[in-house]
Amino acid sequence: MTDTTKATESAVRRDGSERPILEIKNLEVGFNTQNGLVKAVDGVNITLYRGQSLAIVGESGSGKSTTAHAIINLLPGTGQVTGGQILLDGQDLTKASKKEMEVVRGRKIGFVPQDPMSNLNPVWSIGFQVEEAIKANGIATGRKEIKKRAIEVLKQAGLQDADRRLKQFPHQFSGGMRQRVLIGMGLAADPQLLIADEPTSALDVTVQRVILDHLESLTRELGTTLLFITHDLGLAAERAEQLVVMYKGRVVESGPSVEILQNPQHPYTQRLVAAAPSLASRRIQATGSIAAAEAAMQSDAETAAGDEIDLLATAEARAELLAAAESAPPAITVEHLTKVYKIRGAGDFTAVDDVSFQIPKGTTMALVGESGSGKSTVAKMLLKLEDATSGKIVVGGQDLASVTGKQLFDLRSRMQPVFQDPYGSLNPLRNIGNTISEPLSTHGVGDRASRRERVFELLDQVSLPRTLVGRYPNELSGGQRQRIAIARALALKPEIVVLDEAVSALDVLVQAQILRLLADLQGELGLTYLFITHDLAVVRVIADHVSVMQRGRIVEAATTDEVFENPRQQYTQDLLAAIPGANIELGA
Amino acid sequence: MAGYIARRLLQAIPVLLGTTFLIYFMVFAMPGDPIVALFGDKTPPPQVLEQLRERYNLDQPFIVQYFIFLGNIFRGDLGTSFSGQPVSEILAETFPVTLRLALMAVIIEMVFGIAVGLISGLRKGGIFDASALVVSLILISLPVFVVAFVAQFIFGIQLGWFRTTVGPGAPTQDLILPAIVLATISFAQITRLTRASVIETDGQDFVRTAASKGLSRSRIVPVHILRNSLIPVVTYLAVDFGVLMVGATVTEGIFNVPGVGRTLYQAIIRGEGPTVVSFVTVMVLIYLVVNLLVDLLYAVLDPRIRYAK
Repeated sequence: MTDTTKATESAVRRDGSERPILEIKNLEVGFNTQNGLVKAVDGVNITLYRGQSLAIVGESGSGKSTTAHAIINLLPGTGQVTGGQILLDGQDLTKASKKEMEVVRGRKIGFVPQDPMSNLNPVWSIGFQVEEAIKANGIATGRKEIKKRAIEVLKQAGLQDADRRLKQFPHQFSGGMRQRVLIGMGLAADPQLLIADEPTSALDVTVQRVILDHLESLTRELGTTLLFITHDLGLAAERAEQLVVMYKGRVVESGPSVEILQNPQHPYTQRLVAAAPSLASRRIQATGSIAAAEAAMQSDAETAAGDEIDLLATAEARAELLAAAESAPPAITVEHLTKVYKIRGAGDFTAVDDVSFQIPKGTTMALVGESGSGKSTVAKMLLKLEDATSGKIVVGGQDLASVTGKQLFDLRSRMQPVFQDPYGSLNPLRNIGNTISEPLSTHGVGDRASRRERVFELLDQVSLPRTLVGRYPNELSGGQRQRIAIARALALKPEIVVLDEAVSALDVLVQAQILRLLADLQGELGLTYLFITHDLAVVRVIADHVSVMQRGRIVEAATTDEVFENPRQQYTQDLLAAIPGANIELGA
Repeated sequence: MAGYIARRLLQAIPVLLGTTFLIYFMVFAMPGDPIVALFGDKTPPPQVLEQLRERYNLDQPFIVQYFIFLGNIFRGDLGTSFSGQPVSEILAETFPVTLRLALMAVIIEMVFGIAVGLISGLRKGGIFDASALVVSLILISLPVFVVAFVAQFIFGIQLGWFRTTVGPGAPTQDLILPAIVLATISFAQITRLTRASVIETDGQDFVRTAASKGLSRSRIVPVHILRNSLIPVVTYLAVDFGVLMVGATVTEGIFNVPGVGRTLYQAIIRGEGPTVVSFVTVMVLIYLVVNLLVDLLYAVLDPRIRYAK
C-alpha cells in the first residue's frame, strides 16, 4: 500500500505542479514571562517541497528549535503560536485540535530529538518504546506483527542486532545507538516529513558522520522530506539542499546551501561562515599560514565585518615563538602515563595507556579524541585530581607524584582548569565577583581592596564589563559564563591552563570569540595550554601541537600542520574526514 | 543479586547486636526495681523477691544478663513477661493486628496521596493544586492526637459510622478509623512528593518525544509520567510501612488497638525488661528487612539500578 502512495507522490513531483508539503507563513511564537510576551519566533516563512531536504541554521536562542516544536505543536512551557500559519499538505496545524495533532504526529511528521541521552524513557525497554509508537499509529496490529515491524524499523535505522536487543534498556546502549533508536522511532510510522532537531550534536564526529549518512540514504530511499535543524553551518550545507539561516527569531537568509555558503548576503551569515571553525580551517589552509585564532567576530550582526588580522605577521611571530619554546625546558612533561580503573566483576579497564608528551612553555597542545578515549583522564591526572597508576608527570621541574600538602597547594595556583559546561562550573549562589576572587582568597593573595582591583582587571582581560561583579551566573549567557570561568582560572596568574572541552558547548560565534580571547591571553601572559577537545576543527585554529588519542593511547603526535596536511594514521584521517563541511569550497 | 542480599543480611548482624545491646543497657539502667514494682503496695517476703530475681537472672551482673538474653534469643526463646506469658506469644497476638493496621493505612495514603499528587502536578497552579496544598499544610501541622480526637468525635460520636475504640479481636472495620488517622500523617508528604515528581517528569525530554511519536495524553500520563514519578514515592511508602509496622504508639493508644505500639508502651511503663528488649529486637529486624525490600524494589522499578552479583 505504501508503495503505491510513494509512486503517486513521485509522479506528482515529476509533474511539478504539486503544492509544498510544508509551508510556514509568517509564524510568530511567543513565551509568556513575568515581563509579558517574549517573541521567540517572529515572522518566519519557510517552504519545503516533497522529497527535499532543508536545514534551519542558527545559534542557540535563534528560534530554530522553537520553530520545529511549533510545527508539531509541542512547545515547551508557556510557549504558544501567536500568529501565522503552518500548512502541512494544506492543513493548518496551528488550528488543529488535540486529536488531529495526535494523528499528525508520528504518522505524518516524524520527529528525531536532539539529545539521545534524555529522549528515551529510562524505565522502559527499547522494544517497548518503539512498539508503542507503531501501535499508536496503527501501523501494525497484533503483538507479533508489531514486534516484527519494530525490529524492521530498528534494523533500518542501523541497529543490526535489533531482535536480540529489543528487551534491553536505554542505559545499555551507547549514545550513537540510542540516536539510531530515536531515528527508527521517528520513522516508525513512515511519515512524509521528518524533523531532525540537532540529531547528532551530542555525538562524536565519526559517529555523527555514520548516523547522518544513514539518515540521508534512508530518507532518500523512503522518499521522506527532511527538515534538519542544526547550529553547525558546515554540517547543514553538507546535508541539506536548502538552507534557512535564523537569527533572533527571524529568517535572515534562505536559499540553496552552496550558494549561501559561497556567497552569503546578510552580514550575520557572512560572520557565521567566517567563524565556523570547520570552514575557517579551510580558509587558513588556503592562505598557507599556520594556526592561530583569528576568527575575529562580534556577535552583533548589525555591525560591519569583523576586524581582520594580518595573517602573515601573526604566523611569523608565532613561528619565532615556537622555535624559541623548543629550546627552553618544557612546561609539562608526561612520561609513560597509565591509569587503570578496577571494575567490579569486569576486571581492569585501562583508561590511559602509556601516554607520553611534552608541552613547551607558552604553546598550546591539543589532545584530541572521541569520548572514552581517555583524554579527560589525562587532564585529571595532570591536575592531580586523580592519581596515576604508573608513569610520571613533571610540571615546571616538579614531579607530581612527590608533591603533597603545601607544595601541591602552591602547584595548584600555577595550574588552573577551565571545564566544558559553563552552566555547571559556576556556583549559582555566588556572584561573579565572589567567583573570580575565590581562588585569590583561598590562596591568601592580597587584601580585600587589592583582590577587588584584580577582579576588575580580570574582567577587563576577558572583555566583560566591570558592572558584572554583582551579578549572578544565571543572568549571563553561555559565552559570558565561559569568560568568567576563564577569568577565574587566570586569577592566580597561572602558567598553565588546562582547557577541557572549554569551547565545545558554545555557539560558533561565541566559540570564535573565546578562541580569540585565549590566543590573545596566551600572547600577553605567555600561558601554556593543554587544550582537550573532540573537535578537530577547533584544533586547527588554536593548537601548535596535536596528540590524537584512541582507546587510551596516543596514536599520532605532531605539529598541527603536519596532522592536518599529512595525517599518518587511518584513525586521524577518519576524524579529519568527519569534520562537517570540510570539503565544501568557499567562494572567498 | 543473591550475593547482594546475603551481604545485606550479614550487615544486619552487627546492627542487631548493637541495637539490642543499647536497648538492654537502657532498660537495665531504668530506675526502680521491677520486681518490687510487680507487687505494688504489698511488701513481699525477701525470699520471694530473691527467688524471682534469680528466675529472671536479675541477680547477675549486666553483661552476663545480656549474654544470657542473647543466648536465649538464638535458641528462639524470647523470654517470659512478668505476667507469665511467653513474649513470643504476645508478639504472635499483637503483630498481626499492627500488620493489618499498617497495610490499611499505607493503602489509604497511597491511593489518595498519589491521586491528589498526580492531579496537582499535571495541573500545576490550578485551583485543585492550590486547595490540595492548603489541605496538606493543615494535615501536616496538626499533631496526630488532635486528628485522632477530631476523627473520633466526628465519625465515631456525631455520625456514628465507626466505633471510637477497637473492640476485642480487633475486627477490620474497627481498624478503618485509626488507619485513616495514620494515613493523614503521610498523606501530605506523599501528595507533595508525587506532585514534585510528576512536574519534574512532565518536563523531561522523553515525555515530549513520546508525544512526538503520536501517543495520546491518556497514554503518556500513566506510562511515561506516572510510572517514572512513582519511583521515589514507592520508596517513601515502603519506608513508611516499616515505620508503621514497628507500632504507632500514640494512635494505637488512643484507639485502644491491641497492637505492638500499645503493648510496648505498657511494657516500658511496667519496666518489663525482657518484653521491651524482645519487642525492639523483632522491630529492628522487621525494619532491616523492610529496608532491604525497599532497595530491591528500587531495582525492580528502575532498570538502571542493578546490584552487583
